[in-house]
Amino acid sequence: MRVRVLFFALYRDLAGHSQIDLELEAPATAGTAVARLRAMGPGLARLPDRPAVAVNQQYARLDAPLDDGDELALLPPVAGG
Amino acid sequence: MVRTFITTEPLDAAALLAEVGTPDDGAVLLFAGTVRRHNDGRAVTGLRYDAYATMAETVLRQIAEEAVARWEVSRLAAAHRTGDLSIGDVSVVIAVSAAHRAEAFDAGRYVIEEVKQRLPVWKQERYAGGADRWLEGSMPRSREAGS
Repeated sequence: MRVRVLFFALYRDLAGHSQIDLELEAPATAGTAVARLRAMGPGLARLPDRPAVAVNQQYARLDAPLDDGDELALLPPVAGG
Repeated sequence: MVRTFITTEPLDAAALLAEVGTPDDGAVLLFAGTVRRHNDGRAVTGLRYDAYATMAETVLRQIAEEAVARWEVSRLAAAHRTGDLSIGDVSVVIAVSAAHRAEAFDAGRYVIEEVKQRLPVWKQERYAGGADRWLEGSMPRSREAGS
């Protein structure tokens, strides 16, 4: 399956990209995607192992299952206001 | 009854205030968050707000609807700006009207505190001399997400 991964703020700086398409073996979860990403390069390796994530624009747990075409966002601690 | 939005355009607090208030209300409340020129002892020259804009639109609306469901308020408008802001610029506006002041204060306070905890928005401070830094934030929490 292929999921689109979005990076924001500090995580975008670490990734060097605002988004990438990630190929995963099914079945996969948000957590397995994060583990794959952290193995993909020195910048991505600095991502936390348990970041906050959203799947299809809803906050989700790391054990949330992923489907082909899903949008997975890695969210640094938020600082709005 | 509820209107919320995320925008890169300057926010007009007076315009949002004008959206709330009915003849049945005895209180209208306006909160504006502004960019200050100092933080943690450093001179700040400006802020950049990054957002997961589509999700932030949804989350801001959810927060506003929770406030309206929980307190007796007649109207609520809330907006958050993103992009590059200068000192004194308005980053967030919340306007609430209610029959009584306690509900207006409580609902408005709820919205800004939840924005700080849950809205997928980040801010990068810029300092004199050109340095910048993403600010430490809150781990986002929500009812459907444990971690």
